[in-house]
Amino acid sequence: MNEYISILLAGLLTENMVLAKFLGICSFLGVSKKINTAFSMSVAVTLVMVIASAVTYPVYSCLLVPYSLEYLQTVVFILIIAALVQLIEIVLRKFLPSVYKAFGIYLPLITTNCAILGITILNFTNQRIDCFAKAIVNALGAGLGFMLAMLLFSGVRKKLESCNIPKALQGLPITLIAASIVSLSFMGFSGIV
Amino acid sequence: MNILFAVIVVAAIGLVAGIGLSVASVLMSVTVDKKTEQIQAALPGANCGACGFSGCDGYAEAICNGSAQPGLCTVGGEATNVAISNILGIEISTEEPKTAYVLCNGNCDRVFEKFEYVGLPSCSAVNMLYSGNSSCIYGCLGYGDCQNACVFDAISVCDQKATVDPELCKGCGGCVTACPKNLITLIPKKNHAIVLCSNKEKGGTARKNCTVSCIGCKLCEKSCEFDAISVSDNLAVVDPDKCTACGVCVEKCPQNCIVIK
Repeated sequence: MNEYISILLAGLLTENMVLAKFLGICSFLGVSKKINTAFSMSVAVTLVMVIASAVTYPVYSCLLVPYSLEYLQTVVFILIIAALVQLIEIVLRKFLPSVYKAFGIYLPLITTNCAILGITILNFTNQRIDCFAKAIVNALGAGLGFMLAMLLFSGVRKKLESCNIPKALQGLPITLIAASIVSLSFMGFSGIV
Repeated sequence: MNILFAVIVVAAIGLVAGIGLSVASVLMSVTVDKKTEQIQAALPGANCGACGFSGCDGYAEAICNGSAQPGLCTVGGEATNVAISNILGIEISTEEPKTAYVLCNGNCDRVFEKFEYVGLPSCSAVNMLYSGNSSCIYGCLGYGDCQNACVFDAISVCDQKATVDPELCKGCGGCVTACPKNLITLIPKKNHAIVLCSNKEKGGTARKNCTVSCIGCKLCEKSCEFDAISVSDNLAVVDPDKCTACGVCVEKCPQNCIVIK
């Protein structure tokens, strides 16, 4: 049980997808302007991360490893993630139209999000993850970590909006500086889990 | 041999995913009303909310449900409304096109600053501090809340006064609600006289605070042959329905605050 909790905490804080591993930066900067869009994007990311890990883990360990085809993992995983996102979209549209509307454009955007591919590959490079359940917990932790980073940063950006910023730094430059400071603060967590 | 096997594995996964997706899309297809799609395509897609719905998609759905009338889209104007009515197969009465107008002409040469303001560059914030730093408490503050509210880039702020570009303005009314001074109104696009002032103070005070303010002298009211101008609360107001844009009031106004647009 302790192991699961430590994997979850690691995904949330020390190995935070965005602020420590620097994956998924483009959606981190692109969708964090408002808190509600940041929230729906990160819910979508978490959902896809968990489902993608659930599918790619058996494919990797039952199909790629026995035939020593590990070098194909990137191609195969991208294929699987793209198909999965499409499938999730179809299912949501049919059974949960209100959720589908809330996700809007963010679900298709996730198809090419490197954080998703990142978590499916990191499931196999991380020494602590040795079974299916741990991979799922790791994906869940990474998704929640993404959400934490998005929500924190959208709060920072909201504050930035009402600041008097020098003209040369307005817009993207100050956003990047703020992101680096938020990331720096997360470095303080390293070593606790 | 190894390479061939790798190719087969990837192709097989792709095939399974492809077949799965096509089966899913057939099994779980959602029937969308064709009319809704057509109306969505006909609408401009600006999502400005002038029609009173959450966006173009929301309005298209409301039209199809019958809960909304076509003809509320001010952005697309007549062309869009005719297109929608053709899709629905009905005839509609189109509204007269309107444009936003800032009823103030007091730029930084004509009014003076009561105090130096340092803080959040927003009209509504400035307005909370002693009704703003402009000498005219009714006039434009020039911090551009309307400019930010405009999704069509039709408003520019020059010399601390906002101006609407009638070519770009679609009459959605976003700026009308954004202005903390309630200076912006929607007026018909046809030519008529406009009093470019919203100051309701007495003549002397108004003149002291701004060199182009309406002083409520009633010269325009008396000179108008068509009874189109009335002065109430020390401020002249033009009735666009009666105005013929003859230009007599423009000549008579001692403060030069009436224009024909």
